[in-house]
Amino acid sequence: MSDKVIFATYTDEEVLKDGAKKLVSKGIKINEVFSPFPIHGIDPIIGIKNTRLGIMAFLYGLTGLTLATVGMRFMMIVDWPMNIGGKPNFSYLENILSFIPITFEFTVLCAAHGMAITYLLRNKTLPGMPAQNPYPSTTDDRFVIEIRVSENGNYTSEDIQNLVKETGIEGFEEKEC
Amino acid sequence: MHKEAAIREPLILGHKTYHDITEDVCRPIEDKAPKMWYILFGIALIIGVYGVGCIVYLLGTGVGVWGLNKTIGWAWDITNFVWWVGIGHAGTLISAVLLLFRQKWRMAINRSAEAMTIFAVFMAGLFPLIHMGRLWVGYWTLPLPNQFGSLWVNFNSPLLWDVFAISTYLSVSLIFWYIGLIPDFATIRDRAKKPISKKMYSILSFGWSGRAKHWNRFELVSLVLAGLATPLVFSVHSIVSFDFATSIIPGWHTTIFPPYFVAGAVFSGFAMVQTLMLIMRKAMGLEAYIHTKHVEYMNIVIMVTGSIVGTAYITELFISWYSGVEYESYAFINRATGPYWWAYWSMMTCNVISPQLMWFRKLRRSLLFTFFISIIVNIGMWFERYVIIVTSLHRDYLPSAWSMHYPSHIDIGIYVGTIGLFFVFFLLFARFFPVLALNEVKTILKSSGESYKNSPETEHAH
Repeated sequence: MSDKVIFATYTDEEVLKDGAKKLVSKGIKINEVFSPFPIHGIDPIIGIKNTRLGIMAFLYGLTGLTLATVGMRFMMIVDWPMNIGGKPNFSYLENILSFIPITFEFTVLCAAHGMAITYLLRNKTLPGMPAQNPYPSTTDDRFVIEIRVSENGNYTSEDIQNLVKETGIEGFEEKEC
Repeated sequence: MHKEAAIREPLILGHKTYHDITEDVCRPIEDKAPKMWYILFGIALIIGVYGVGCIVYLLGTGVGVWGLNKTIGWAWDITNFVWWVGIGHAGTLISAVLLLFRQKWRMAINRSAEAMTIFAVFMAGLFPLIHMGRLWVGYWTLPLPNQFGSLWVNFNSPLLWDVFAISTYLSVSLIFWYIGLIPDFATIRDRAKKPISKKMYSILSFGWSGRAKHWNRFELVSLVLAGLATPLVFSVHSIVSFDFATSIIPGWHTTIFPPYFVAGAVFSGFAMVQTLMLIMRKAMGLEAYIHTKHVEYMNIVIMVTGSIVGTAYITELFISWYSGVEYESYAFINRATGPYWWAYWSMMTCNVISPQLMWFRKLRRSLLFTFFISIIVNIGMWFERYVIIVTSLHRDYLPSAWSMHYPSHIDIGIYVGTIGLFFVFFLLFARFFPVLALNEVKTILKSSGESYKNSPETEHAH
């Protein structure tokens, strides 16, 4: 299915934000925004929900915590209890103090790595992936709004063009894809 | 948009646009390297290779080639280890703790400070590994199922905690650093003209496109990683200090060690950041982004942590007397008046007196003076570890076991070699990586940039 994609380029992120607000209030669906740095406040305007990666980080941390506890209990209490100066070696709780540093470190290790890997996978940013920004300048100083004509059934591509052109854009392009 | 008081000094000097920031950061990477870079790289490489040679000789011959003896079983190796780990504390402190505190000035220095951290921790990790003598069994420090009657590592030992702390710190710092680097690599990729560099940076940038959703995730990941890295910063050096504090050697067996070591680590780390940053900003023409105000902020951190370290030294001294333990008090009297008095007093001068000079606004805003003090602090912090380790050990309980430590040329070669290797890594970083978090800096251009702050439009808005 062929679809038309409209790219509108801005030179300032505030102008883009105002423009996006105007377009959205007219009922236009903005498919994507490309920018060299995070534009604060753009997400609710174009309908992007907050990421749930934080919850994942917590779960990964919990996994690390459990693994460390279970592992150390097995190694130090069950499998090979060490006799250190006759101190009790049969109970995890009585020895917990010396297990805290590694429990903490391992929790952090799992949370950080788990989250980082999930982040890269969810973004589909992995070594060797092709870049998908419409223009090279969007990683420098240009901000681009992407609108798909097929997602805006009520408007023709000319209507969208006219609306977009009123929002202080620098450049405009329509592509088939 | 975030607003900042007009009387605050701008963080970005001059009339920069977004494009200027990209240009300023990318130009040194895209241009040919200056002659000075090759000269410095050559020197660092020669020193580094010499250090590697010393390590290979040590591994082939045995740890006996160090100047250790049966009384002083730990000396330069662990001194260098703690010194490097300490230096490795500034980077993550800057990028994580200052992110949580929303300190915008961090953005100009966090990238290179974090690179410094990673390379410093590489150097630090080298010492315990080569101290094993048999480097190839280094994996025995990990709790792996094995054929030795299923003998596990000892989870009660602070040395094992160190294995976990250092490796966690290194790998978490590395991913924190790299996740920040991805968008900046994308910027370089999109500017690259030569096919090889285009290919390289496109692999390094993981296909980053700057979508709104990606930035949303990026910001959260940075925040959560900062939250995770912050307790790490404090835990790593606390655990390093446990290596000493949980032993029963007079002079080591003190509860003040963890906070004292952490403050010392931040102190020395910031000093190293100053040393590197003052040269880098000049060499790479980044004076508009890293300027007197940044140096002043860092000097204030040095002053505060230096004062904590000074207080700790004096507390330690007082407690050694107040405890009534004669071995404890002797350990400290011996430090100040024994055969290693010169090390103790160099440490006191470098670490207690020199940071106090930063109370003077003129001095802490002087770049030349800062550079000088940063070197002094680095030397002082090396002596601190040397004093703690060697002077506590060299007078054993039995006078017949008293001894002195004389470093062998291998000791010196490995230490100097790690400095060489560190600079090899750092120079490569400065040559091929964006040394400034350029896309992060763009976010503060409008709130803290000079041209925006002083423009009539914003004044009108106030």
